[in-house]
Amino acid sequence: MTRAQKIEEKFFKLLMIIATYFILAILAIIIYSIFEKGLKSISWEMLTQVPHGGYYYGKGGGILNAILGSLSLAFGATVLAFIIGMPVALYLNVFLIRHKRVVSVIRFLLDLVWGIPSIVYGAFGFSLMIFFGLQTSLLAGILTVTLFILPIMIRSMDEILCTVPIGLQEAAYSLGSNKSEIAFKIFTRQSFSGIITAVLLSFGRGIGDAAAVLFTAGYTDHLPNGLLEPVATLPLSIFFQLSSPVPEVQNRAYASALVLTLIILIVSLFSRGLGKRYHKTKINF
Amino acid sequence: MYLLNRAQRHTVNTTWMIISLLLVAFLPFLLFIGLYLKSVLLLHDYSLGDLIFSKIWKPSAGKFGFYPFIVGSIWVTVVAMMITAPVCLLTAIYVTQYTKKFFLRIMHPAIDILAGIPSVVYGLWGILVIVPFISRYLGPWLGVKTMGYSILAASFVLSIMIIPFVLNILIEIFRSIPTELKEAALSLGATQWQTIKHVLVKKALPGIIAAFGFGLARAFGETMAVLMVVGNVVRLPKSVFDPGYTLPALIANNYGEMLSIPKYDSALMFAALLLLAVSLFFNLVMHFFIVRYNKY
Repeated sequence: MTRAQKIEEKFFKLLMIIATYFILAILAIIIYSIFEKGLKSISWEMLTQVPHGGYYYGKGGGILNAILGSLSLAFGATVLAFIIGMPVALYLNVFLIRHKRVVSVIRFLLDLVWGIPSIVYGAFGFSLMIFFGLQTSLLAGILTVTLFILPIMIRSMDEILCTVPIGLQEAAYSLGSNKSEIAFKIFTRQSFSGIITAVLLSFGRGIGDAAAVLFTAGYTDHLPNGLLEPVATLPLSIFFQLSSPVPEVQNRAYASALVLTLIILIVSLFSRGLGKRYHKTKINF
Repeated sequence: MYLLNRAQRHTVNTTWMIISLLLVAFLPFLLFIGLYLKSVLLLHDYSLGDLIFSKIWKPSAGKFGFYPFIVGSIWVTVVAMMITAPVCLLTAIYVTQYTKKFFLRIMHPAIDILAGIPSVVYGLWGILVIVPFISRYLGPWLGVKTMGYSILAASFVLSIMIIPFVLNILIEIFRSIPTELKEAALSLGATQWQTIKHVLVKKALPGIIAAFGFGLARAFGETMAVLMVVGNVVRLPKSVFDPGYTLPALIANNYGEMLSIPKYDSALMFAALLLLAVSLFFNLVMHFFIVRYNKY
């Protein structure tokens, strides 16, 4: 090695180390600043009460409406996406296993849909709402978020389902099972941990997204009561509180951001934990 | 025990699967048609070229020029990619070629957490940390007058948001390169950096381009975080320290009043259609790069 080569080697290695620790440092800074600001202003009152009159000028109350609203919206959307998404993922891997071209076209379409920004779903959901004469409501929000998380759900289930060995399928066929039994009884059990991970991942995406619900779910200071009523969501509540000029309201935005971040961290921890736990029921080859 | 017999259950399950599949497969077309039908009102009165290249945005006077928003979006996205691309490439090479396996086990959860943080929280972090940093330190230090709410702030926040996305693809790509290639280069006397530069990066190039392309498409459509720090001023930005306005921010900011001004809703749906078209186009092109990468 010449001297110049040695210097080049060292230089780029240094750059790489800087880049890697830059990413880790940014993550640490984000987590630190959210916790530091949020913990200062979070209180029991905030978590257990709905906004009182004058809340957005600094009077009392909390964000229970947004917490419950977000949870019910994300829950509804996840259930709906699961009902539509799981059969698609199973169909791709059981029924279409001999039609590689069809499968790859569908996977390609799903990847395209995954890449579409959530604001486009929001706009589309809004135009559908107008078309059907609906008001902003929990239902419209759930439908929009469902469309948005559907490709995420299907593709992450698909990743797991396509690792199920062909031998397992052949064994089931030889015992006389039909295709739908193989799909719903064998594949779902073999990839149970992956399916849970996919569901929780979609839930996390659904609860954190603001652009898709901005048009469709509306906003309200009341607790969610009924599918056809508007509903508050955490991301929007953070956004609205932050745009207030009153410092106390801004502080509540930091606390709300902490709540949202915690929900998402807990969901992702759960998905790791559950994934490990149900790994044991899997048949290993 | 069951309501239906085996054959009936099979039929029900299969029908359910096929209906779901059709719904999902037609989703992109449905989106496109739905948005097109809403924006056709605007396209009827103005030509496409006028809409895209006109600089005046005055919905109340019936003037819809999307040029400032398109330029703003391009600025924000390109600057964000200029930060993300080198950082991700260097990190991906470092964690796949230089470090032990356990380091990846630390990196993976870190990437997952970064990917999971919602965009509103990123925006809030941008307001808390990045905006004051630019207005108090970076601006004065470079001798520029800036509010902090600027293209640069938006780009920086955006670049952090797409890092997990791009990095994941890049790590996958570098891990899929066969070890023999690397060993052959090393046995011929190449240094480790020479091997990376001339063999690995060259081999992975279509994949790297695809990863950046996917990141670019994702960045172009990002809404809330950008909206919160970009400044939202309808003007052509002259430098990265100027405030700007992006297409997604335009849609998100004006949804409330769009039904009160004629053709306004149609204009916003046209903006959504533009975003959809850009996203579909980029993903299509990048898909070909990935297919090419997998072939060789």
